[in-house]
Amino acid sequence: MKESIDLALIDWSRAQFALTAIYHWLFVPLTLGLAVIMGVMETLYYKSKDEFWKRTARFWMKLFGINFAIGVATGLILEFEFGTNWSNYSWFVGDIFGAPLAIEGILAFFMEATFIAVMFFGWNKVSRGFHLASTWLTGLGATISAWWILVANAWMQYPVGMEFNPDTVRNEMVDFWAVATSPVAVNKFFHTVISSWVLGAAFVIGVSAWYLWKRREQRFALESMKIAAAVGLFAAVITAWTGDQSGYHVAQHQPMKLAAMEALYEGQKGASLVAIGILNRTENGEIDPEKPLMAEIEIPNMLSVLAYRDKDSYVPGINNLLQGGFTLPDGSVALSAQEKMERGKQAIAALGAYREAKKNQDETRAAAELKILRENMPYFGYGYIREPGDLVPNVALSFYAFRVMVGLGAYLILFFGGVLFLSWRKRLTGMRWMQWVAMLTVPLAYLASQAGWVVAECGRQPWAIQDLMPVNAAISSLETSSVQTTFFIFLFLFTVLLVAEIRIMMKAIVTGPEKDVETA
Amino acid sequence: MDYVFYQEYWWFLVSLLGGLLVFLLFVQGGNALIFSLGQNETERKMIVNSTGRKWEFTFTTLVTFGGAFFASFPLFYSTSFGGAYWLWMVILFSFVLQAVSYEYQSKKGNLLGKNTYRAFLVLNGIVGPFFLGCAVATFFTGADFTVSKEQLLTEAMPVISAWGNNWHGLDALANSWNMVLGWAVVFLSRTLGALYLINNIQDEGIYQKARRAVFANAVPFLFLFLAFVIRLFLTEGFAVDPDSGRVFMEPFKYWHNLLALPVVAVIFLLGVAGVLGGIVATVFRAGYKKGIWWTGAGTVLAVLGLLLLAGYNHTAYYPSTADLQSSLTLANSCSSEFTLKTMSVVSLLIPFVLAYIFYAWRCIDRKKIDAKEMNDGEHTY
Repeated sequence: MKESIDLALIDWSRAQFALTAIYHWLFVPLTLGLAVIMGVMETLYYKSKDEFWKRTARFWMKLFGINFAIGVATGLILEFEFGTNWSNYSWFVGDIFGAPLAIEGILAFFMEATFIAVMFFGWNKVSRGFHLASTWLTGLGATISAWWILVANAWMQYPVGMEFNPDTVRNEMVDFWAVATSPVAVNKFFHTVISSWVLGAAFVIGVSAWYLWKRREQRFALESMKIAAAVGLFAAVITAWTGDQSGYHVAQHQPMKLAAMEALYEGQKGASLVAIGILNRTENGEIDPEKPLMAEIEIPNMLSVLAYRDKDSYVPGINNLLQGGFTLPDGSVALSAQEKMERGKQAIAALGAYREAKKNQDETRAAAELKILRENMPYFGYGYIREPGDLVPNVALSFYAFRVMVGLGAYLILFFGGVLFLSWRKRLTGMRWMQWVAMLTVPLAYLASQAGWVVAECGRQPWAIQDLMPVNAAISSLETSSVQTTFFIFLFLFTVLLVAEIRIMMKAIVTGPEKDVETA
Repeated sequence: MDYVFYQEYWWFLVSLLGGLLVFLLFVQGGNALIFSLGQNETERKMIVNSTGRKWEFTFTTLVTFGGAFFASFPLFYSTSFGGAYWLWMVILFSFVLQAVSYEYQSKKGNLLGKNTYRAFLVLNGIVGPFFLGCAVATFFTGADFTVSKEQLLTEAMPVISAWGNNWHGLDALANSWNMVLGWAVVFLSRTLGALYLINNIQDEGIYQKARRAVFANAVPFLFLFLAFVIRLFLTEGFAVDPDSGRVFMEPFKYWHNLLALPVVAVIFLLGVAGVLGGIVATVFRAGYKKGIWWTGAGTVLAVLGLLLLAGYNHTAYYPSTADLQSSLTLANSCSSEFTLKTMSVVSLLIPFVLAYIFYAWRCIDRKKIDAKEMNDGEHTY
């Protein structure tokens, strides 16, 4: 048994998880988004019996298949990494966290795996109705899968429905519905899945715009754009709304993340939201807490409205959260980081004393220690924090990623609105510049999607589970060199496969949809 | 229904998933035979497309096996995956390569070329079953780990599970009995793969070669499997005192388990009979193509029986060779009663899931794969 954890091991374990998550998320949103769009197209085929819609749906299905395979491959690694790299986490909260993963496998993955085979290979083997149902069920399977994994992720950000058991030394689930339907989970699901429709729609519009630019497949491109723009506009508006809800949840449950997202060091009443800003760094490269922004455009009172639905409410900054002493919305006074750390250490000490008393069959002492443990349990994770500064996530990353996500989200609403309008006015064919805008929007949609996860995951550091377990207590006891090796293997492997995927996609796009048998 | 019932119920489900996973390794076994059975492009394409319509079931079963293990026995998930790091990583790498290889191998612009992706399929076809077999063998031979929940009280090093050496799972290869089961699973998967191709492809050339492959792979499989099983029943095992939870060595433990659990004994023996029946019928009856059903069902039952023997009747299913008392038992590694109960409600949907898989599978397989389908412009790999 090692005596202490190598700090580099924590960073490499985080880096590996981030790497696999980022790669995985390159593919998942397109799967979710294309599933809806090709489902709509096949439904049009089913209703109209027009072969054009069949060819259109099949083309997008081909791209879906290329993307799906690598999404599945990267997803496999993510699931098992909870065990391989975060083994302590897996024990400490496995009783709660394992359930959504198992349900995901039983309910969602098999649905996806079964009906995707019918979707690809069943065209001439099953009825049109069964095939259409299979296409929708493939998408539904992917969406149910997203539900459960997002329930698991939301639980890490806002742990509910569980109780710590000192005898088994872990958290145990006591309310399944509280976990499965927590407001954070519900909102996260809609925000994440529907924002994936945004990406899928941007992808379809971008690819279709390329055909228009090349002056080929015009009907296919215009019809695809029309459907994608309608789906995209709806999805982008809903994403903005759920994003606002998400901000509200972050303020309630993860105030440090919100402060980092805003680079807010000193709390304010009636706090403004930074619409655009540049961070101000000192000579040693740190953000200057006295004047964190060198230039900014602010929306007055907006942060207070976002956080507490009250334009005059107080939003604590990073320094306030570390120093405590301010009044919380429930009227109590916030503890300082140091006080929380001390209470966390008391909780850990009480756990040790409880177990010792139990071993000695001293029930009176065990009960007394258990009381201390319960009183301090909300701060349990703080007992593993080495110094208050460790509680501050990477401010620059959170700040800029948030702005990228929100800025591009707003742009995408305008973009889809514009494409839908131009599509309705039948002006897309002739607008060469708009075709270029549409093509360039594809990487921007990916960037927005990735930025969203950067905000969510980097912003919650150092917590693996908010307030309960920091990353340094969640890892596996491995040699740093092992994790470094697998990190670089993954990096190499996923990069090669990504390049291959993009090349195959490009070739498939250049080849284009199947030709109409009658006109070919 | 008490806590013990739910523990045993979930061990049954995990074991069943393990059995289904080993059966579904026919995909890997079939892939390992791409170049030996497929002697021209059409034949190879038929083989890839035949296994390619089922690969997601194997993959999904692997993921669900992991998820179910995590949910029901989280201490195994944390101890084995976090400790035997490299053993699991090798398995995962090989499955990652497989997942993309079907879709990419015949597509234009695939960067690495068709044969590289097919080589990945062969690699996964051998490496995947071998390491999975080795991992399962450690349920009987043990692994070099310790578990100390008190460690969570140590702020500087709160990790409760530790591996005893720096090989992190590759040390399983140093135990010859792990290797025996690993190779047994490789040959079993190849046998299953050949049986599946016989059933799924309408092509005389492949049929004849696959039939010979069944025989060629079944012989070493049976030799290795019987060696493992005979040794298992003769050796000492890791018993648990149900009252104190203390783990101790008991001579002939697994043989005793077989005698003490007649239903499990019947499952295991029916499984072995099914495996043999499918192989014998295929090898000795010309034109017989349903061997995969017998051998496949037999595999599910035999593996199910074997895993039940590892965990039932007060046995430590994941023994520690470093510290006997760190060994994992159903009772000390399972989830809470509430979680197991909740998950049990979800598990009632499994028959429904199996039913739609069976229905969809039949729809797709109604027409066998043949050379004509490979060239008629429909979706193929």
